Amino acid sequence: MIAPSSLPRLIHQTTRRPLTLVEHELTFAPSGVVIDAMKELEASGLMGRGGAGFPTHRKVALLRTQRSRTKYVVVNAMEGEPASHKDRSLIAANPHLVLDGAEALAAMIGAKHIAVCVAREFSTTINHMERAIHERQRRSQRGPVVELHTPPGRYVAGEESALVHWLDDNQCLPQYRPNRPNVLHIGQGAVLLDNAETCANVGLIARYGAEWFRSLGTSAHPGSLLVSVTGAVLHPTVMEVAAGTPIRQILEAAKADSDPQALLLGGYSGEWISARDIDLPFDNAALKTVNASVGAGIIFVLPQSGCGIGEIHNIVRWMANESARQCGPCAFGLPSMADDVGLLLSGSKDASAALRRLNEQATQIDGRGACHHPDGVVRFVRSSLRVFDDDIRAHASGRPCAGARGPRFATVPRLERGDELVWE
Amino acid sequence: MGVKRRPSTFVLKVNPILCDGFGHCAELAPELVNVDEWGYPIIRQEPTKINNAGAYESAKYAVRGCPRQALQIEKIIDAQP
Repeated sequence: MIAPSSLPRLIHQTTRRPLTLVEHELTFAPSGVVIDAMKELEASGLMGRGGAGFPTHRKVALLRTQRSRTKYVVVNAMEGEPASHKDRSLIAANPHLVLDGAEALAAMIGAKHIAVCVAREFSTTINHMERAIHERQRRSQRGPVVELHTPPGRYVAGEESALVHWLDDNQCLPQYRPNRPNVLHIGQGAVLLDNAETCANVGLIARYGAEWFRSLGTSAHPGSLLVSVTGAVLHPTVMEVAAGTPIRQILEAAKADSDPQALLLGGYSGEWISARDIDLPFDNAALKTVNASVGAGIIFVLPQSGCGIGEIHNIVRWMANESARQCGPCAFGLPSMADDVGLLLSGSKDASAALRRLNEQATQIDGRGACHHPDGVVRFVRSSLRVFDDDIRAHASGRPCAGARGPRFATVPRLERGDELVWE
Repeated sequence: MGVKRRPSTFVLKVNPILCDGFGHCAELAPELVNVDEWGYPIIRQEPTKINNAGAYESAKYAVRGCPRQALQIEKIIDAQP
C-alpha cells in the first residue's frame, strides 16, 4: 500500500502540467485491499468542501434510496467565488483524482452518467479536464459516461439547484425547493452533486480507506483542506493543510501579511474575524466560537493599510449585481444594502440612518430568497458590522479612515456596463 | 397505530421566485402577512392553529387570491408525543 502518508494528498504535482493517467496511477497506487467504499465513506466522516459542509455519506445514502432508472453524478467545479481558486488548482494538478472520486460515487449510487461542470471562463481548466476525460475514454469504454459541461460563470450558477437547472434546462437560475432534504433531478434522473475537492477526497477514501483519511485533521473535522489565500499576499496561493492548523501558520506558509487588520473566511458570503483571533485553528468547531466557518476554504487577508468599509462596499455591490433577480427580497434588498454601505463609506450626513437601515434590512431579507444567496450577503454584512464596529462609527461620524481612498485588496470582477447585469 | 393523525397547525408559504409583489395576500390575510418596503410579503413563520378559524379562512383566501399562485398552505402534523 503506497498511500501518501503526509501532506500533499490532493495536489501532488511534480511537473508543471496535470498528471497523465499513467502518472496518476503510479502516484496513487491501488491499495490492494478490498474496500467497501460506502462503509469507508461513512466512517471517514468526510464533509462537503463546497462551503456548506454537509456530510457526504448522508447525501450518498439519500441517493441510494432513490428509485429512478437513470442517475447522475455532477461534479461542481464552477468556482464562482472570485476569492477561491482551489478547484482550478486541483484540476490543474490532477484531474484524474476528481474523476476517480466521481466514478466511485457513481458506483455507490448506481449512476451511469457523470457531468463535470467547469465555468466557461476557465479555458485552461476546461482543457485539462477535456484531456483527462479523453485519456480515460481511450483506455476503456466501460463504466459511466463522463461529459464536460461549461455553464456561464456567474456567482449563483455554481449553486446546486442552479447548476442542475442548467444541465436540465439550459438556464442557470436557482430553483425553489421548499422541502429539504430534497433530491434534484435532471429529467427523471436523481442527481448527486458534489464539489470537485469532495470528489477528489472520495477517490482517495475509496482507495486507502477511512482510517488513512482520518489520520489528518481533527476528529470532528477530519482530512485535509485546500485553502485559497488572497488579499495581502505575495502571490495568491492554494495550500493544502490539515483541518485544525492554526490560521497564523497557514498565513506564514502562504507568505501573507502576518499582522493583518482582519481576515475574511469562507469567501464573499462568509464572515470576517478580527486579527485577535488569528491563532484559532482552521476548522469549523473552533471557528464557530467567533461565528465563522471554514466555508469553501478561503482566507482573504486585509492589511492594516486597507479600509474595511471600502472592501465591504465593493463586495456587497458585486454580490448584489450577481443576484439572479428572481426573488424580490434579493433583487431589491441587496442593491439597497449596497447603497447603504456606500453611504457609510463616503461618510455623508445620512450615514447613521444608513447604518440603522442596514440592520433593519438584514433582518428583513434573511431567509426570504429561493436560494441562500441573500442569506450569504446578510451574514457577510452582519459580521462586517460586528468586526468593523469602530471603523463604521468613525465613518458614520464623517471621519473616514486613511485607507478609504486607497487601493482595494479584494478582487471583484469588473461590473459589466456599469451596474447592469447581463444574463444570458 | 392506524390512527390517522390530523394536522393541528399550518404555515403559509410563498414561492419567492413566482412572487411579483402584487400585495393581495397582505390585504386578504393581514394577520399572517406583512409587506416589506418593496411590496413583497413577509409571512409569519410560527405555525398558526388551524382551529383559529379566522386566520385559516383568510389564509385560504390569500392562496386563492394570489395572481401568481405563489402561495400555499403547509399543514403540520404534530410529532408523536
